[in-house]
Amino acid sequence: MRTPSSSLRSKDLLGIEPLTPEEITLILDTAEGFKEVSERPVKKVPALRGQLVINLFMEASTRTRVSFEIAEKRLSADTLNFTASGSAVEKGETLIDTAENLMAMHPDMIVIRHKYPGSPKMLADRLPASVINAGDGAHEHPTQALLDAFTIRERLGRLQGVNISIIGDIAHSRVVRSNIHLLTKMKANVTLAAPPTLMPVEIEKTGVRVVHSLDEAVEGADVVMMLRIQLERQGKLSFPSLREYYNTFGLTLERLRRAKEGVVVMHPGPMNRGVEIASDVADGPYSVILEQVTNGVAVRMAVLYLLAGGHLAE
Amino acid sequence: MNVKKRLLDAPRMHRAIRRMAIEIVERNRGIDDLIVVGIRSRGVPIGERIAKEISEMERAPVPFGILDITLYRDDLTTIAPQPVVKPTKLPEPIDDKIVVLVDDVLYTGRTIRAALDALIDFGRPKAVMLAVLIDRGHRELPIHADVIGKTVPTDADEVIKVKMAELDGEDEVLIMEK
Repeated sequence: MRTPSSSLRSKDLLGIEPLTPEEITLILDTAEGFKEVSERPVKKVPALRGQLVINLFMEASTRTRVSFEIAEKRLSADTLNFTASGSAVEKGETLIDTAENLMAMHPDMIVIRHKYPGSPKMLADRLPASVINAGDGAHEHPTQALLDAFTIRERLGRLQGVNISIIGDIAHSRVVRSNIHLLTKMKANVTLAAPPTLMPVEIEKTGVRVVHSLDEAVEGADVVMMLRIQLERQGKLSFPSLREYYNTFGLTLERLRRAKEGVVVMHPGPMNRGVEIASDVADGPYSVILEQVTNGVAVRMAVLYLLAGGHLAE
Repeated sequence: MNVKKRLLDAPRMHRAIRRMAIEIVERNRGIDDLIVVGIRSRGVPIGERIAKEISEMERAPVPFGILDITLYRDDLTTIAPQPVVKPTKLPEPIDDKIVVLVDDVLYTGRTIRAALDALIDFGRPKAVMLAVLIDRGHRELPIHADVIGKTVPTDADEVIKVKMAELDGEDEVLIMEK
């Protein structure tokens, strides 16, 4: 009766890379069931009652942190928020010491965001709690890719064969790494476009198509996903000016006409209006940017729920 | 698992469901404020058929909803892996309504406990009644059914298998031995 795809194999969600297509489908299907919970008069179910989730956010985050916290609360988990500022981290405590001290308080799950890639794995290998990666440096941001996929599937009914163009700061984006893993596993067609200075070398090897202009990328696309220019991660600007970037890689209504009819425009947020996206596109009828935020809660509830339960015996 | 006995075949199941529909209308002296809610998964086709029988009998539509109780189970952290969560769909607010909860088999009563908790999160019904196709005994909680298709005394090591045409391709109820 029970097939392997009715649970996740790992105790942790460290990235999309280790997941199978069946596990991705399971998370997306489960999220569908959870979306309805947020529309109820009482937006809460008792599934994680008595479980403690620690949100360890060592890097700035509003959307993801708030989204995880809402997801945890809607599942009736107890939550504890921990940020770098105002904690022992400022006094020089290492991440492992911080985590082991938190572990002594018996949390069931730890949600971690950290600027160093691999820090979620370092915790997952040492701690019995489930670890969820909420973004580690430029490595992965699995729940963002899952909510993007959920939104695409909800809008277009499928992922297989969908043409998705991702445009912008590819080099500094963990969102794009998770999305490439997820979308190629689910057999979607991924196209990337960015100025050469923001395009990692040899990224074609991941099975994506690389183009060098926005128009080429938008042509015939079912989904256009714009990425934020991550000024905080760039030492010096990788292009002459923000204005020039907008003129060459900013998405405007005019340029969107090349896409397929009914194109879906996405952005993981926060947006730089007038840099990578024009306001009339961001607020326009094709934009699903706020739906992405709503779906983020459902997807995170699904991940928390699936990791909290039992695991298939090896 | 071996089939020990066939409790209901398709015609007998049909008659049992029709009788349950009549009993529900009689007990409520009509269908005012009535809403039928099936518990996933086998309670859904049974509830749908009951609602259809009542509508035909009374020549008026009866609202029908679906309740998913997965997130309210008391064994979520001990069963592995968890059942897949599916949406609850209620056609209208249940405040001040008479809700008829429908399930296939009443056994320990734990599913109904979870269903009551889930239901109450959606509003405050005037009354909740329980209709089950099979009552097999062995309650672990103080819960009873108001309308029963068939009462079957069972041993704890027996399994009741309800098959519904909508989900399983045929209508029948079997009693199996582990």
